[in-house]
Amino acid sequence: MSEDLVKVRDLNVTFVTRDRTVHAVNGVDFDLAGGEVLCILGESGSGKSVTLRALMRLNPPARTVMAGTVVVGGHDIVGIDENRMADIRGSVVSMVFQEPMTALDPVFTIGQQICETVKRHEGVSQKDAHRRALDLLDLVQIPSAERRLAAYPHELSGGLRQRAMIAIALSCRPKLLLADEPTTALDATVQIQILLLLRRLQQEMGMGVIFVTHDLGVAGEIADRIAVMYGGKFVEEGPVREVMRTALHPYTQGLLGATVHSGMRGRRLTTIRGAPPNLENLPTGCAFAPRCDVATDACLVAVPALRGDPDHRARCILVAAGKEETPCCSI
Amino acid sequence: MLLYLIRRIIYAVPIALAVSLFCFLLVHIAPGDPINAILPPDAPADVVAQVRALYGLDKPLPLQFGIWLGHIVTGDFGRSLATGRDIWPDLASALKNTLILASASAFIGFILGTLLGSLAAAFNGTWIDRTCVGIAVAGVSVPHYWLGMVLVVIFSVTLNMLPAMGAGPDGTSNWMLDWAHLQFLILPAVTLSVIPMGIVTRTVRGIVSEILNQDFITTLRGKGLRRSGIIVHVLKNAAPNALAVMGLQLGYLMGGSILVETVFAWPGTGFLLNNAIFQRDIPVLQATILVLAMFFVALNLAVDLLQTAIDPRMRRS
Repeated sequence: MSEDLVKVRDLNVTFVTRDRTVHAVNGVDFDLAGGEVLCILGESGSGKSVTLRALMRLNPPARTVMAGTVVVGGHDIVGIDENRMADIRGSVVSMVFQEPMTALDPVFTIGQQICETVKRHEGVSQKDAHRRALDLLDLVQIPSAERRLAAYPHELSGGLRQRAMIAIALSCRPKLLLADEPTTALDATVQIQILLLLRRLQQEMGMGVIFVTHDLGVAGEIADRIAVMYGGKFVEEGPVREVMRTALHPYTQGLLGATVHSGMRGRRLTTIRGAPPNLENLPTGCAFAPRCDVATDACLVAVPALRGDPDHRARCILVAAGKEETPCCSI
Repeated sequence: MLLYLIRRIIYAVPIALAVSLFCFLLVHIAPGDPINAILPPDAPADVVAQVRALYGLDKPLPLQFGIWLGHIVTGDFGRSLATGRDIWPDLASALKNTLILASASAFIGFILGTLLGSLAAAFNGTWIDRTCVGIAVAGVSVPHYWLGMVLVVIFSVTLNMLPAMGAGPDGTSNWMLDWAHLQFLILPAVTLSVIPMGIVTRTVRGIVSEILNQDFITTLRGKGLRRSGIIVHVLKNAAPNALAVMGLQLGYLMGGSILVETVFAWPGTGFLLNNAIFQRDIPVLQATILVLAMFFVALNLAVDLLQTAIDPRMRRS
């Protein structure tokens, strides 16, 4: 891919209110090619959702300070004016949210909510928008589409609501789809259906997808690459298989150890002790050091750059800077 | 929807009955015997009994209520004790005037309140928010009869721009929609609009800022909707609750304008009530309170139906 769909350099997002300043994202760099699926993995408060929203400038405008470079589909997201930004949202890049009950307007029908998006970006007639809405419901496999278009969100099940949400997001064929934990609020059986649907749609439409989750299983199912986020930074990044098989960063290893997955038979699940860092007052050193079993004094001094193989890197001084892949330790 | 409508109307019947029962009992709650108001204190016992029978006051209470209700339903509100005239013509004209005053105040108060409240919510936490809330608090706190007098001093006495009293140039209450009549409406309507303005401002501010914090607003921004598109969604979400408060306020305006109508000598129901209270004219009091209460019941019903029409989640049977 000659031109990257997404290019993020040294992204910093800070929430400033009168009482406090929260450093949610602290220097994130990544690229995404068209048609590629990146999973951002991390705990609550690691900055993964904020990073995702920064790509559409959807963080609360009044108190968000954004710095760095974000380019999506050739558009400079940080510098662009609000009207142009609104043109890009929904057409070039769109988002599927975590909780389909609250993310849909309760007093408008599903059809109205799809049609207004299509009409906003493509200026088509109500009739054409309605026809597109029908096609979209077919695309996301909602049965008896005509009837569902006239339904209000509270009249649909959680799974159908999330499908409708996906239909809205895809209504103007975006090049980039952002998914903010789209399966977290759903039943386990529905989760896998939505996941398979997203993967199929991604392949059919050739979209780039950035998928935020705290669920390693979900990441393994859908991602090409994984980025692990901690304290507002990417601490590890690499192809999904490599990260799963040979995690470099102690935090990633901890996450893997705390999750049930194949190859875990007969082994005890481990936990990561402690709690995530306070984003108001981040340490100068590695943010994970206080919870890390293998931390040394050097960890508290400064955060290393991402190091290791260019394709699979981690932000840990125990990772060899060279090309060879050596896990820094084994749990 | 039709079924719901019918059911809601049926629900309103017992409320209306209870209200009329209360109005009927007013006579019996009030100290003293109505007969004393008609006859001199030294009237002989057989005359008292005769008059009592004439007015039907010797019959058992439930029967009296039934007879009274029958008269009311056919539009017979009885006669005023003070003037001896039929109540209904006077009451109808007073109702019309109060309705004019209340609608004008509601119009001013609701529009200003909605604007100020939306502004405050959109600029939550800024000086704009604090200014709007300040105006709202002032509006609710200022005694409106005092404000009325201040306005009269400024605009009628000092500037001589607007009339201070009455509802029309010739002293009659025949309302017409022209400047000669409209200028009489301005001061009382503005005075009366201050409280609903304040209450609606604070309500709308609360409702709208809550809606603006909902997840679906982020979704709407994420779809690329412009500010105007998002406002449509906010309005439709805010409308049911805002309308409920406005309906109540309109009800209060209908019944609660006694002081303002007295200050401006506006010939409405408040004025009528005020006179009836001082003259212990209980039939007039009864009739006026009953009609105003019925307005309140009808307004609540209308608001309920409107809310249901707007918010699909309320349509469950």
